[in-house]
Amino acid sequence: MTVVHAAEMHRFRAKTQELAFLVPSSLIVELDPEARAILDALERGPRLAEEIAQTPEALQALRELARVGAVAREDGVLPTPLSALARPVEPPPLSTLVLNVTNSCNLSCRYCYEYGEDRVAPSEAPALMSEETARQAVDLLVSQSAPRARLQITFFGGETLMNWKVVRPTVEYARRRALDSGRFIDFSLTTNATLLTDEVIQFLSENRIGITVSIDGPRQATDAMRVYSDGRGIYDVIAPRIKKLLAVERSRPIGARVTVTSRTLDLRSIFSHLVGEIGFDEVGFAPVTTAQGRDYAIDANGYDRLLEEFRHLTDDFVAAALEDRYVGFSNLSDLLGEIHQGVTKAYPCGAGLGLLGVAPGGDVGLCHRFAGSGDHDFGHVATGLDVEKRRAHLERGHVDKRTDCRTCWVRSLCAGGCYHEAQVRFGDRFKANLHMCEWIRAWTALGLDAYGAILEGNPGFLERFDERKAG
Amino acid sequence: MRHLKARNKKAEAVFDWLEDEDGDVAALQQSPPPPHYPAGCTTVFSPGWEVDSAGGTAGLCQPVERDLYDCYKTCYWPAQVPDYLNNHPDWAKKCASATQDWRKIDLVFP
Repeated sequence: MTVVHAAEMHRFRAKTQELAFLVPSSLIVELDPEARAILDALERGPRLAEEIAQTPEALQALRELARVGAVAREDGVLPTPLSALARPVEPPPLSTLVLNVTNSCNLSCRYCYEYGEDRVAPSEAPALMSEETARQAVDLLVSQSAPRARLQITFFGGETLMNWKVVRPTVEYARRRALDSGRFIDFSLTTNATLLTDEVIQFLSENRIGITVSIDGPRQATDAMRVYSDGRGIYDVIAPRIKKLLAVERSRPIGARVTVTSRTLDLRSIFSHLVGEIGFDEVGFAPVTTAQGRDYAIDANGYDRLLEEFRHLTDDFVAAALEDRYVGFSNLSDLLGEIHQGVTKAYPCGAGLGLLGVAPGGDVGLCHRFAGSGDHDFGHVATGLDVEKRRAHLERGHVDKRTDCRTCWVRSLCAGGCYHEAQVRFGDRFKANLHMCEWIRAWTALGLDAYGAILEGNPGFLERFDERKAG
Repeated sequence: MRHLKARNKKAEAVFDWLEDEDGDVAALQQSPPPPHYPAGCTTVFSPGWEVDSAGGTAGLCQPVERDLYDCYKTCYWPAQVPDYLNNHPDWAKKCASATQDWRKIDLVFP
């Protein structure tokens, strides 16, 4: 007599296929009627194996489900949990440095975490990164990244282009260092586009620097929050510059990064404006990070609306994918990429793993949002990294240490959410983003449905999609 | 797997692995499984033992005698060296560092 129960999973279906996303392995399996019948029978709790698998075929299906970890025996012979395999964590070699080349900005966006009420890093830190500090950061990346061959440097701010005189020579210096050490360094940059000149555009294009532009949509949406210090909106300044940037022949997709607030929830019109009228290749949406109670914060109703908007954009994405066309809805394409690979995460993002942020003064922090914040620092570009602090971060941040995540079926994709969001919201970067849990589960379920639909309707799309992601 | 199909990359990899673990029914025409190499000497890389950069033994970075010594204790190889477990535990006692002291390795008369 063997009692069996269903392991953690999320079941979903495409047009005709019955699918299951298994937790925590992130396997996706298609179930035939026998396998389905067994999982159906286990839906309301443990059962006797002999009872639910009475034919040889059913028994075979039960065995197969057990082998992939979808069904387990009640007598404690469970599939080995990830935590049992987890060793004390050694910080991996670096792969990415985000250089906050300045923390000053020519704008006064009302929701900004750098300047607004929600800042983590103190304001007395130097405003501009020196060329010397930037060079030391490059040296740190090169020396701390073996044996990785591909490295990434991201320029960030403040407004990145306010320190263009350092960005440019740093790219050239990093290129030389990469060449000397047999590596390849990839560059990217985020900007508000107000300072994009012809010279800057040409340099970015010639050097294949990946560009993300912060913009919140058409004039009204962008100017609602993104303003100069005198309150003037910036849309009319940036729109022609962005069009110029997009007109230059480019070898890499250029993306828009939209901060969503309670006032700008009409994502479909924002998306169609940014892609259709302005000409961006990709658009990614991020809900504003803020403490509760600000008038622009998204409340529960707002999150419902946000999900609804994501659902519509997802439907459009799937419809296009079935016709073999790609729509640049980054949030979904990122999620689909992870689902297709079967990614499992022990940490919500690369921060503290291969990625670290560098403050203008050279302090190295968890990421660009924490760099220069003292408590969250991991060393200095001149003196090196604090291995103990990195190790301690990885010990505490592991998803298996987060009791809030223990029973959640999306934990292997989400792993608790943004450290900075948690710091701002709960004053503890290791706290799971509890205010987002329902939303993340609903969004992941939506992503799985989209995956199933594309998998059944146009499987070749996913293969090409992989190549696109890799390229 | 007859009742489940792998539907993402991770699942494909796991299914392949499970299949390998099970082994498959092999027809006689199929080539036999590859030979089994024991862990030990073959996984140890100690450069400079066998041949030098020119393919000879004149410029080895360690003396050839080091090879003999290594067969004695650090890894087993059926070379003609005394057994250190039972009969000759002190055979290499005076040889603290093989590269310098190999001349001091005792002779053994069975």
